[in-house]
Amino acid sequence: MATTEDVKKLAALARISLPDGELAKFASEFDAILAYVGQLEALDIKQSSEKEKSPLRNVMRADGTPHKGGAYTEKLAAQFPAREGDALSVKQVIHHG
Amino acid sequence: MAKLNELTIAEAARALRAREFTVRALWDACAAAAAARNPELNAFLEIFDADDAAIAAAQKRIDTDGSAAPLLCGIPLAMKDNILIEGKIASAGSRMLENYRATYDATVVKKLKEAGALFLGRTNMDEFAMGSSTEHSAYGPTKNPHDTHRVPGGSSGGSAAVVAAHLAIAALGSDTGGSIRQPAAHTGLVGLKPTYGAVSRSGLIAMGSSLDQIGPLTKTVEDARFLYETIVGRDPLDATTIPAGLYPARGIPEKFRIGVPRHLLEKGVDADVRVAFDATLEQLKDAGHTLIDLELPMSAYALAAYYVLMPAEVSTNLARLDGIRYGHAVRGETLLDDYLLSRTSGFGEETLRRILLGTFVLSSGYIDAYYYKADAARRVLRREYEKAFEKTDIIAFPTTPSPAFALGEKSDPLSMYLEDIFTATANLTGMPALSVPMGFVERTGKQLPVGLHLTAPHQTEDALFALGATVEKARGA
Repeated sequence: MATTEDVKKLAALARISLPDGELAKFASEFDAILAYVGQLEALDIKQSSEKEKSPLRNVMRADGTPHKGGAYTEKLAAQFPAREGDALSVKQVIHHG
Repeated sequence: MAKLNELTIAEAARALRAREFTVRALWDACAAAAAARNPELNAFLEIFDADDAAIAAAQKRIDTDGSAAPLLCGIPLAMKDNILIEGKIASAGSRMLENYRATYDATVVKKLKEAGALFLGRTNMDEFAMGSSTEHSAYGPTKNPHDTHRVPGGSSGGSAAVVAAHLAIAALGSDTGGSIRQPAAHTGLVGLKPTYGAVSRSGLIAMGSSLDQIGPLTKTVEDARFLYETIVGRDPLDATTIPAGLYPARGIPEKFRIGVPRHLLEKGVDADVRVAFDATLEQLKDAGHTLIDLELPMSAYALAAYYVLMPAEVSTNLARLDGIRYGHAVRGETLLDDYLLSRTSGFGEETLRRILLGTFVLSSGYIDAYYYKADAARRVLRREYEKAFEKTDIIAFPTTPSPAFALGEKSDPLSMYLEDIFTATANLTGMPALSVPMGFVERTGKQLPVGLHLTAPHQTEDALFALGATVEKARGA
């Protein structure tokens, strides 16, 4: 059973703030979804003796010639919500009491 | 001759080379149809202005090179709103990215531009490709051209509706759990989810990175092959792309051994969908192909595994959208407020739900019971399919248990999730899968298309195209 407290904690972890009314709705929907995916608990999957190789591949490429410095700067900076020149403006992270 | 916008890629390419009409006339026919019909369907989020230089260049290339010009040269295509075209908005159907302009071309877009293809517009989708109806778009639902009271499926519902209503010659979508194949089935189109790694994901706004693939939505199997062959290939910008020939070649059998997991179809499939499916199998049998009964026991758990793994990947992929560098940005008192306010107001309800679910299944204390268990089930499922392909060439079932449903009909999340029951398997195994029309069923006086779903071993798209074309021909399409 997911409680509104559980959902509130998850939301905080995910950097989301939900009003109290919605917490209860999400919690009840969670129960239905978790009951469905909970079928997996019934599965008894034996780990095969050979070392399991992941079917997913992730092949790193060698460092190549990078693009010219600054080639994308203006395009990227144009997307910034706030900028000072080519710098992205953000709030101060550490506050002094 | 059919109206220009109603042509297939093959037909339009031939006629362009025969000087029956110009690239400009083809563009104008599609653009006019799009302008006329889009207010009703809401399939395009944006219809682009004509790119005169690109149209002229395509015409010149056809005039100069004739049959040596790429088939897609001068063909107007529609692109799902999560595929980046430099300089254009790519919002992924979300408020979070409503002002985001792509700073580069997706690899598939680069390849299509090189082939001389034209881009007519960007199409509506469930927010961040999460949904099976296109109702979760921040920009309103798309309507199914076969019955505008019904959904076109999703999440590539805009791309499907655009092609089915002849507003573009063909389109690209993306498929994480069925998002190309299910809308193709619901709108009477052909839809391909390529082998995982066959097509580059560079420039595709990520949903579930171990599951996502870009693929075509087209009017014919032949057109799907043309688009696939243009966008396929290893890409240094996507380390998960695979080289040709990574998996053993199998050739195209003259007579296919078609595996049918009948035990999965005993309940939950509408009676008339089952009738259409059985009739299609009979036609294949009459044409000399062999039907083989298959047991795929792990398939019963596939959707449960998918709804653990996918939200886990969603919650991590969407963590980057924080209102700091681009997209929707709301400002509060502190930096933490900036994150909280931007994310809470930028994401829609279904996106929030999946982020929370993903955060849950990855949290310490639950990761063993959910994520690792689902990952193990995924490996077993893949082995089960590999084993099945030792005695079959292709596995067939209906793409969806039912035809397109009414707008608003599936209001609880779980019933919507069950739409992916047959399609999610191919994303988990990474195998290619094709949905091809297999007839119509009637609902509320309307004829609604249904699709046949074919899965083949890794990198054997050719076998899918061959059998898909047989199904198409048998139906007289």
